[in-house]
Amino acid sequence: MTEKLSMQDIILKLQQYWSSQGCMLMQAYDTEKGAGTMSPYTFLRAIGPEPWNAAYVEPSRRPADGRYGENPNRLYQHHQFQVIMKPSPENIQELYLDSLKELGINPEEHDIRFVEDNWENPSMGCAGVGWEIWLDGMEVTQFTYFQIVGGQEMNPVASEITYGLERLASYVQDVNNVFELEWSDGVKYGDIFKEPEYEHSKYSFEESNQEMLLKMFDDFETEAKKQIANGLVHPAYDYVLKCSHTFNLLDARGAVSVTERAGYLSRIRRMAREIAKAFIAERKKRGFPLIKDEKLRQSLLKDDENKEEK
Amino acid sequence: MAHTFLLEIGLEEMPAHVVTPSIKQLVKKTEDYLKDQRIDFDAVKPFSTPRRLTIQIEGLAEKQPDVNETVKGPAKKIALDDEGNWSKAAIGFTKGQGLSTDDITFKEVKGTEYVFVEKHIAGKPVKEVLMGLKDVITSMTFPTLMKWNVYRLDFIRPIRWMVALLDDEVLPIQILDVTASNVSRGHRFLGQDTTINSADEYEEKLKEQFVIVDAQKRKDLIVKQIKEIQDENNWVININPGLLEEVNNLVEWPTAFFGKFDEKYLQLPSEVLITSMKDNQRFFYVNDQNGNILPFFISVRNGNSEYIENVIAGNEKVLTARLEDAMFFYQEDQSKDIDFYVNKLKKVSFHDKISTMFEKMQRVEKIAEVIGQHAKLTDQELKDVKRAAQIYKFDLVTGMVGEFSELQGVMGEKYALLKGENEAVATAIREHYMPISATGELPATKVGSVLSLADKFDSILTFFAAGMIPSGSNDPYALRRQANGIVRIVKNEELNFNLTEMMEAFINAEKDANVAPDLDQNKEISEIVSFIKDRIVKQLKTDKIRHDIIDAAGNSNNDNIEFIFNVADILNEHKEDDNFKESVEALTRVLRISEKQEFAADDLNVDESLFENDSEKNLHSNVESISDNFFSLSANDEYNKLFDLKDSINDYFDQTMVMAKDENVKNNHLRELTKLSNMINWFADLNQLIVK
Repeated sequence: MTEKLSMQDIILKLQQYWSSQGCMLMQAYDTEKGAGTMSPYTFLRAIGPEPWNAAYVEPSRRPADGRYGENPNRLYQHHQFQVIMKPSPENIQELYLDSLKELGINPEEHDIRFVEDNWENPSMGCAGVGWEIWLDGMEVTQFTYFQIVGGQEMNPVASEITYGLERLASYVQDVNNVFELEWSDGVKYGDIFKEPEYEHSKYSFEESNQEMLLKMFDDFETEAKKQIANGLVHPAYDYVLKCSHTFNLLDARGAVSVTERAGYLSRIRRMAREIAKAFIAERKKRGFPLIKDEKLRQSLLKDDENKEEK
Repeated sequence: MAHTFLLEIGLEEMPAHVVTPSIKQLVKKTEDYLKDQRIDFDAVKPFSTPRRLTIQIEGLAEKQPDVNETVKGPAKKIALDDEGNWSKAAIGFTKGQGLSTDDITFKEVKGTEYVFVEKHIAGKPVKEVLMGLKDVITSMTFPTLMKWNVYRLDFIRPIRWMVALLDDEVLPIQILDVTASNVSRGHRFLGQDTTINSADEYEEKLKEQFVIVDAQKRKDLIVKQIKEIQDENNWVININPGLLEEVNNLVEWPTAFFGKFDEKYLQLPSEVLITSMKDNQRFFYVNDQNGNILPFFISVRNGNSEYIENVIAGNEKVLTARLEDAMFFYQEDQSKDIDFYVNKLKKVSFHDKISTMFEKMQRVEKIAEVIGQHAKLTDQELKDVKRAAQIYKFDLVTGMVGEFSELQGVMGEKYALLKGENEAVATAIREHYMPISATGELPATKVGSVLSLADKFDSILTFFAAGMIPSGSNDPYALRRQANGIVRIVKNEELNFNLTEMMEAFINAEKDANVAPDLDQNKEISEIVSFIKDRIVKQLKTDKIRHDIIDAAGNSNNDNIEFIFNVADILNEHKEDDNFKESVEALTRVLRISEKQEFAADDLNVDESLFENDSEKNLHSNVESISDNFFSLSANDEYNKLFDLKDSINDYFDQTMVMAKDENVKNNHLRELTKLSNMINWFADLNQLIVK
């Protein structure tokens, strides 16, 4: 490696690269979530027949993984660089490998492997097939062909690439402790995130108001269901995300008993499924505008009508 | 002239464990297809890497052999009209066969004349047959399937290219958007696209592009490279075959290398070190000449030795991070006592519909006590099994098992010893998971065996009671494996009990101690008995016992595992005896005649005053003499007593009209025979035996 890219250089390079591959650069979605997959730019847009190519950084909160800023590898919040391409391009693996070259990682100077890893997120009704990608033995990326999202079978199939930015950066910068990473010239990751890591860990494990969170979950769920019924897919989905994060907070606090746990997850899953269905219906009402092939568009619209008559 | 055909299916990286079974499947399906198509060939040679499934068919015939086929048509009277002209039926038939009415001959079949034609079918050229391999490929099955892009085909991974060459001619087989050509791809990073000019130069051409397509040669090379490193350093490396197979299917051009880690991590239990290296990183671990683990590892790169220092440094860093985590957990876990973890189990679910883990342990403690007393454990052993049952799942909530779930039980044993538990308790904690496979090792200690049985009985009882009963291939909680474990342990420990009584005793013990689950465990007992008996039958089959003997033993009316095994052994041992056949015939005659009778067990008193001949008296006194404690005898004793009845049974049937006219006399006979039948059926279902 010739140069040591900072975190923000890595992000810039990846954005530059994927935008030149036809991806729209979206911004992080402004509701708390556990993974880039849960952004509506992936979860909703993966569903249905319309093409979708997007890339974005997603700060991802996982309260139970918080370690008070003391563990060199575990974080309450980490950053994912998410690429979603539908339909999955024929050369998606090569596109990915070329993106590593942009970061100064020349495959001939390393050992890069595609190791089977099938991904599942039962609470969102999602499953996919793919790999974790090993760079000299370290898992730096999750690579998935979505098969089912929100209980809906994918047609066409979307491919998702999720880079773990901290992992990748610690490799690029040859640093053992995430807090020692350079975010930009002269500013360390720890300078920015060590304090929030401590505070969020303290909050999640010790200080959060359980009664409030339990009530919030119920309220968010009620609101989500109501907005599903109103056909307001996006507000409804925001409340599902809030349910999910609230559950994660409760879980980190140890406030969810064993029997309740599965119950909460299935409540979230049910809503996610309904939203997935509603999203396709709403897109169809709009005539699947992202499909540029007019013949295909018309045939899909017609197809759906025929199905409904049955 | 014999032909050679090459077919390479180029894929995105397949899961390592799928590669070998898939290439075997492709070879088999291709052979079946060629045989079905009547094309002669010498051999189908397999090649495979993570990215390709390839077959090379040698000695292929030019075409299918021609065949002459006689086809039967309509009857003559339908084929000809009244004027003797060909009817529409006749013309239609010949057209359908691609012939004309000129080709018709008549032949008589069972007194009626029919139209026949001789059809000459020219063999299809081999090219045409090989194009049909498309369907062979798309009909392949895999453990996980996926779709990609807009296509609806389910396959293991996306197909990215294909090569199909008959000698030097491209056969443009097409699947989805991929059409076969003569261009293959080289190693992902070291190689380039390469044109294969003829089917037989495949292996060599790919080698130029840094791909060793012969899986065995690749494997041999890895072994050779590892041995070289071993010998240079005077190490001992156990090349685990499963790991070698996996590594072989992760690389196309292997280069083995070694790396090191800090000696301080050698304080960790060796199981933790091995799991970190072998299972997590696919490394081979390194021993010295005395079997001690050394702070080195061996890995295999998918590439050559250039820049290998980067690869070594990266892998060392990853392993160090894992071991650092493990050290943290190891120290952190030891800072708490076992009670702390046991308490945590109150919050861990065994299953949502059943109970927490803590409650499971409470039940298992009671079950283990019942089994332990039955198994005549010593007081000390009973104490040990009680203590083990109170804590045996505690390691599930330690940091180490949270991180390395495969170390469950193993860490339990280690931590239990560190926390001052005695060795029997610690060993039982590890052994309660055993056997972990159909042929896996059984617990070596009595205490471990009893705990393992108790744990498994509880799982089966509660899952059945909660309605989660395995059916067909659906057995998500691996209850069949648990039942198989019960069967094997009971046999190994020679424990003698009736399943129904035993399970009732478990449930009562739980109720007495107020730890029973909120489920009706009694209602599925008979279902569980037959579930476990199925496992006995399965086990006997692997013991290579004759199937009719297995059926006879397995279908008896008793539910004692040990007893059923013994019955199978005894029948197997005596099946060639001189009197065996005659005895079985006599006893099954009793079964047949009493089979439809429905006398209750307490309605089998035989009235001696109704006897009409000596043979009745004789059989009666013989049956009485064995019936006293019959149902608690050993299988061997029961066998002798029943089979010794042969002569008195035969005399009885010679001299007695069982279905007598007098209703009282008849019923008296049938009571006698039913009583005997009940004993026979308890021993085995002799009707299942095939005696020649």
